[in-house]
Amino acid sequence: MLKKIIISIFITCFACVNLVFAAESGGMPQLNPEFWISQIFWLIITFGILFIVLTKVILPKISDNLETRKSQILENIETADRQKEESQKKIDEYEKIILDSKVKAKNYFNQAREKILEDINKKRNALEKDLDEEISSVENELSEFRKKSGEKINKIAAETSAELIKELIGEEVNSSSIAAIVEDQAKLNKERKDVI
Amino acid sequence: MASNPMYQFNVYRIGPEIKLGSVDISFTNASLFMVISSLAILIIFNLGAKKKTLIPDKLQLLSELSYSFVAKMISDTAGSKAKPYFSFIFSLFMFVLFCNMFGMIPYAFTVTSHIIVTFMLAAFIFVGVTIIGFMKHGLGYLKLFVPSGVPMVLLPLIVVIEIISYLSRPISLSVRLFANMMAGHTMMKVFGGFVISLGIVGGWLPLSFSVALTGLEILVAFLQAYVFAILTCIYLNDALNLHH
Repeated sequence: MLKKIIISIFITCFACVNLVFAAESGGMPQLNPEFWISQIFWLIITFGILFIVLTKVILPKISDNLETRKSQILENIETADRQKEESQKKIDEYEKIILDSKVKAKNYFNQAREKILEDINKKRNALEKDLDEEISSVENELSEFRKKSGEKINKIAAETSAELIKELIGEEVNSSSIAAIVEDQAKLNKERKDVI
Repeated sequence: MASNPMYQFNVYRIGPEIKLGSVDISFTNASLFMVISSLAILIIFNLGAKKKTLIPDKLQLLSELSYSFVAKMISDTAGSKAKPYFSFIFSLFMFVLFCNMFGMIPYAFTVTSHIIVTFMLAAFIFVGVTIIGFMKHGLGYLKLFVPSGVPMVLLPLIVVIEIISYLSRPISLSVRLFANMMAGHTMMKVFGGFVISLGIVGGWLPLSFSVALTGLEILVAFLQAYVFAILTCIYLNDALNLHH
């Protein structure tokens, strides 16, 4: 601001001096009208040529360059976007395939498991049936045997006791009486067992 | 004579005297620097516009950045309606900028330090803007002098002030540029003279001043070109978008 004020004072002083002593040298050459027309003339020529050449030749080129760059960049961005979309699609497809195959694999696995479980159950059932049959037959045999074994034991006991008596006293004892005694004893034994 | 700080602004004839009728239109040092500036602009921007590469080189970048700089300046101040005047404002800005910058070279002549040159540019802008205004709005352009929302009592005064301020536009525009350039160069010359007269003992201070002033003057050279162009845009805006 100060500079401007100083300058304006400067200019007015020089202007006054120049107007008063126009012929004298040392004033402001700017206010000497000798070459004013020449300066105007050459200004019009140079600036005119500059303006025309810039307008007609150079500026359109620059603006063209800028436009093409802009459009090219936009195009590139567009293609990039498109490619991005495509890749996204591919990724989606890939994920779908993976999901499908996972589901399929699970199904296969489940099927196989069910089949195996069925097989196992079938076999187990058959085995259990066999086993049950065998057990029941063995039990039948056992019970029969048990039934028979009581009589046999009594018989053996009677025979053994008859022989024992014969050895001990040298006399034959009526086998039927011995059998009756043995039977009584067996009954007693059985009762005792039941009590216990 | 050479120690006179105003000597650098002298215009002298180069080559023979050329007369058009009775008018002297001789080629002078001022004309020489106008031609040099214009040629420099044309060469630089032509080279910058020549190649069409996606990634610009330095000159191309320079020209494209200047292009978008001026385009942005115009669209910011005068809106999209000012697009047809882009090339004029671009040429104006570049011409003033290059004339200012060439003036910074030692022993060079500063075209814009002459009031007649800046005044011709400003007068052309003034006349052009006024014609554009009347062409766009007819007599409605005169509304520019009647701002809305002013009390009736003050209106005559305001209108007179507005008219004076409008008419003084070319003067303020031209004197601003001319005075800035002339003052800067004069000051540099004065400090340069001090360096010589103070000699090796005391000359260091004005020398450092001169160096600092050179930087300042380069800034001023750019700034004044920018101000010149942006004021043109503002005047154009007044003529195109009448909403005072």
